[in-house]
Amino acid sequence: MLIDRNARLRETRNWGDYHLLGIDSPALGLKARPGQFVMIRTAGGPVPLLRRPLSIHDAGPDGIELFFKVAGQGTAILAGKRPGDPLDIVGPLGKGFSIPSAVAGRSVFCVGGGRGIAPLYFLARELAAAGARVTVFYGGRTVSDIPLLGKFEEAGRQVLCSTDDGSRGFAGLVTGLVEREVGRARPDRLYACGPDPMMKALASLARNAGVPAEFSLEAVMGCGFGACWGCVRRIRAEDGVGWTKICEEGPVFPGDRVVWEDRRA
Amino acid sequence: MTDLTTDLGFFQLKNPVLAASGTFGYGLEFEPFLDLGTLGGFVVKGLYYGPREGNPPPRLVEATGGLINAIGLQGIGVEAFSDKVLPKLRSLDTAVIANVCGADDDEYVAVVEFLDGREGIAAYELNISCPNVKKEGLCPALAAASTSSLVKRVKAASRRPIIVKLSPNVTDIAEIARAAEDAGADAVSLVNTFLAMAVDLETRRPKLANVFGGLSGPAIKPIALRMVHQVASRVRVPVIGMGGITTGADALEFLVAGASAVQVGTANFVDPDAAVRILREIEEWCAGHGIARIRDVVGTLRTA
Repeated sequence: MLIDRNARLRETRNWGDYHLLGIDSPALGLKARPGQFVMIRTAGGPVPLLRRPLSIHDAGPDGIELFFKVAGQGTAILAGKRPGDPLDIVGPLGKGFSIPSAVAGRSVFCVGGGRGIAPLYFLARELAAAGARVTVFYGGRTVSDIPLLGKFEEAGRQVLCSTDDGSRGFAGLVTGLVEREVGRARPDRLYACGPDPMMKALASLARNAGVPAEFSLEAVMGCGFGACWGCVRRIRAEDGVGWTKICEEGPVFPGDRVVWEDRRA
Repeated sequence: MTDLTTDLGFFQLKNPVLAASGTFGYGLEFEPFLDLGTLGGFVVKGLYYGPREGNPPPRLVEATGGLINAIGLQGIGVEAFSDKVLPKLRSLDTAVIANVCGADDDEYVAVVEFLDGREGIAAYELNISCPNVKKEGLCPALAAASTSSLVKRVKAASRRPIIVKLSPNVTDIAEIARAAEDAGADAVSLVNTFLAMAVDLETRRPKLANVFGGLSGPAIKPIALRMVHQVASRVRVPVIGMGGITTGADALEFLVAGASAVQVGTANFVDPDAAVRILREIEEWCAGHGIARIRDVVGTLRTA
């Protein structure tokens, strides 16, 4: 964990409300692991006051990439940044996905819904480097919600996509597509990030198929490093179920530890 | 070099900057970002006797220039704090202040009696003002009588100095401060958060599961400053000021208004090294203004 106040925006790409930021920050790039996140200042002043949590889309010796959808005031300000702008980032935070050493030669599914695809690019790249056979599932409401399809394909990933309206790929929820593929050939592991109903359905699917699964959860965060206790979710532990800080103990949890609740949006 | 030592009467702080309870975890969370030993001290997250669940989420919502929280004092309790956290804090060259909570007066006393048996705590800050644990923000700090009886009991039970943390959700905060002082408080700290709420217009639901929460951050600074000045004008015990402090200038304004020391709160979430930066900014201002001792700034507001 560190504060990089000398980070700098290198390049930006956008597809409607979806934005990809390439950021020069060797300090963060070298430390980051798949599934970790950063807290980034958006405004220079007190509005909005808090940093925004964003999962790390990719990382390397030069820096990190962030992928997000504009969801409010903070992300809108971030979307307006230009190459060369300075950035103030705390990270890398949280515990990321686990990549077992025995993953070589194994079949692994990475399932992303909408902006939830963000951490899976870095994860899929690391899994492939570890010798896993990776299939990326990428779902959205419509074709404009899966803008990173080409990026995954260019990186050599096998990608199956779905859209609720059938405008691209499998017509229906991504969970339906995953269910079909699990039926054809059961994977050895599953990782997912996306809307809660998607992850809840995948947790159930993975449990029934006996596939170990990990899920990256989202929550409103105050600090990102365990001090405010604002980002809690129901998580099972040895001593029972309690409100657990997503930032510190997560954001990634094994599927059987998450108590999937019907949360209001 | 300005002499930054701060005299709270019952003990000295090496400088006037403390980190506020509820915004600084148990201290250890900040070790990756700053040297805890540079701070005047820090107040750990509120301690009930046992572990406490806190409120369901959503627990946080932003306001313009501020943050509304309804955490509900989730915490690990005195035993886990004493066994797992306190041993790691003892080696620090800074004042560790335990924030003491209770569902009733007996629990406040039980917490203090338990912690009295452990070393490494400089003082207790009595949290009689959290708006998030009872319906409609009820807490002892809302009335002089309940403040007085609780402070008397805890003071009698404790071997350590008692700082009483006051609520701003009252008609006359100086009256409550006087009641705390008369009951034996060694200092008062203020302000806790302002009872607040936020509405989601589309769903017409409250944005916090608890409906109400406590507003903190830069948005409350002018009101906090006014209350600190009112209290400092009416009590003899030291006043520790807080409420939206994000810069050294903010902190110095509280000192001028009568606070002997300050607490940095919500700013810790935004910049985990905020307290150290604020301390450095205080030093720079003092150096630029030829201030020999920081205590010479305290209560120097010119009203004539």
